[in-house]
Amino acid sequence: MSALLDVRNLHTEFRTGAGVVRAVDGVSYTVDPGETVAIVGESGSGKSVGAMSILRLIPDPPGRITEGQILFAGRDLVGLSPDEMRKVRGGEIGMVFQEPMTSLNPVLTIGRQITETLEQHRGADRATADRRAVELLSLVGISDPERRLRQYPHQLSGGMRQRIMIAVALTCEPKLIIADEPTTALDVTIQAQILELMAELTRRLNVALVIITHNLGVVARYAQRVNVMYAGRLVESGPAAAVYGDPRHPYTMALLRSVPRLDKPRQARLDPVDGQPPDLMRLDGGCAFRPRCRFAIAVCATSRPALEPAGTAGHMSACFRRDEIAAAPVAA
Amino acid sequence: MTAIANDPPEIRRSWTQAARLFVRRQPLGTFGLVIVVVAAIAGLSAEWIAPYSPTANDFAAMTEPPSLAHWLGTDQFGRDLLSRIIYGARTALIIGFVSAFVGGFAGLVLGVGSAYFGGWIDLVLQRVMDILMAFPLIIMALAVVAIFGTGVQNVIAAITIPLIPRCARVVRASALAIREVPYIDAARTSGFGHARIILRHMVPNVVAPFLIMLTAFVGQAILAEASLSYLGLGVQEPTPAWGLMLQGGAEEYASTAPWIAIFPGIAIALTVFGFSLFGDALRDAIDPKLRER
Repeated sequence: MSALLDVRNLHTEFRTGAGVVRAVDGVSYTVDPGETVAIVGESGSGKSVGAMSILRLIPDPPGRITEGQILFAGRDLVGLSPDEMRKVRGGEIGMVFQEPMTSLNPVLTIGRQITETLEQHRGADRATADRRAVELLSLVGISDPERRLRQYPHQLSGGMRQRIMIAVALTCEPKLIIADEPTTALDVTIQAQILELMAELTRRLNVALVIITHNLGVVARYAQRVNVMYAGRLVESGPAAAVYGDPRHPYTMALLRSVPRLDKPRQARLDPVDGQPPDLMRLDGGCAFRPRCRFAIAVCATSRPALEPAGTAGHMSACFRRDEIAAAPVAA
Repeated sequence: MTAIANDPPEIRRSWTQAARLFVRRQPLGTFGLVIVVVAAIAGLSAEWIAPYSPTANDFAAMTEPPSLAHWLGTDQFGRDLLSRIIYGARTALIIGFVSAFVGGFAGLVLGVGSAYFGGWIDLVLQRVMDILMAFPLIIMALAVVAIFGTGVQNVIAAITIPLIPRCARVVRASALAIREVPYIDAARTSGFGHARIILRHMVPNVVAPFLIMLTAFVGQAILAEASLSYLGLGVQEPTPAWGLMLQGGAEEYASTAPWIAIFPGIAIALTVFGFSLFGDALRDAIDPKLRER
């Protein structure tokens, strides 16, 4: 089966007064139809910029996609005209944002925000669009949908609004949904509901999901594949079980150590990742994680490791010592 | 679902309730509104309520002080001042509303568009606005009249043009903040075009400051029209216009027949004052921070 989304060697740069920031620096990954892929990384690692690059919504200037291909269902999105791109956005790729409180327009009713997308992409008339909106609201678990359609965003709670956002993203039956930190702004109990909802809907409707998050707990439970980003590059990629059970990059290992675990004996204290993420304008020729890495050796300062197979099939790591560090205890 | 139980109550007010609330909370604004409404009624139904024709000369009664026959007296050509003020309201309101609305909407679209596109489009538009703003409103209007000549249409153009940058500036400031809110990104990820995002998603969100500005603009435009007419560059005789009446009376008859200048002056001052009061009250009424629960 060919991949639904095939990102190849994507480079996105921001030209600022102080220099060029390579926010996404040669990232490649694929998403199969119906698959859930997580992109994990800390703030500033380029995960959101990478997602916005897929929809070609990088503010230009200062941002630009300088190199690479984004093949979606066989077409290269980088080369599409603005009109064709508009048909892809919302029509074939839906997006769910981090902030449900501000992602809905306060002056439009819930119904309008859904029917507007239908009118744009399907040329649906008002009655058809309204019927579909009711259907979508029931689909995302909102009771009394006819009444909700006439309400404004401020009349709904955060969790409900995120459900609406999911409904909006699903409106035109897209093949792919990109969710940028969809649960970060929600209460923990609501987070679980929203994630369950997204998992169930993507399975039922066979929609692929790219979920961008810094929350490893989200990844462990819902993603089939995990891509770990650091300083604009993928540092580790593979099936979720492999990346969790047998991490092959010191950054991933450090991330896993910094998460409190209920299924392991309680640690005296959490072990956060030391140091700060690097300044993307001042990267040298070596590995970007080197200054924070406890496994760094001389070669790490002179050349950058490429993403190469490690461990089980499909598991890749960008570390020179990927095979040696496998033996190192994760919960050090 | 439990969320239904603790839903925020739906606040729906009918128009009459909203109006009653406005009257109670904004007595000064209501006073302003009354002045505006009286002026509007005078302008709209001048033919029926004016006791005389505004251009009819009664050479037997020139520069007459206020009397029962002529409530506000007559001018140097024997024309009834009350009738001319009533007809003058029409001139003032037509010029005021048309200039404010045309200038306001042009400024609205330019301001929101400028903020939405950003980059060099924003830069160029804002520098053009800066140049237009460098001239005081009345000087700018004088320049436009000097180029195009006098007459009602040209006066409207003369007042509209300097209003555009003033509106665009304020609207842009509000729109810049809205541009950064995720729902605009969300609209773009839904595949909407620029025009739709600007007109359907951004404009409604800047409407509150815009409406307030619009009421203030009507007052300013009326004042500008009166000033231009007073300077002889606005509306021309015999069209009844307040500025023109003021000028005719103030020059020769200030001491012998002061009513010729005083009454049109009061009309101008009251109307502008009315629009300002109403605009201020409208701002307070719309501002959710000042609204009591």
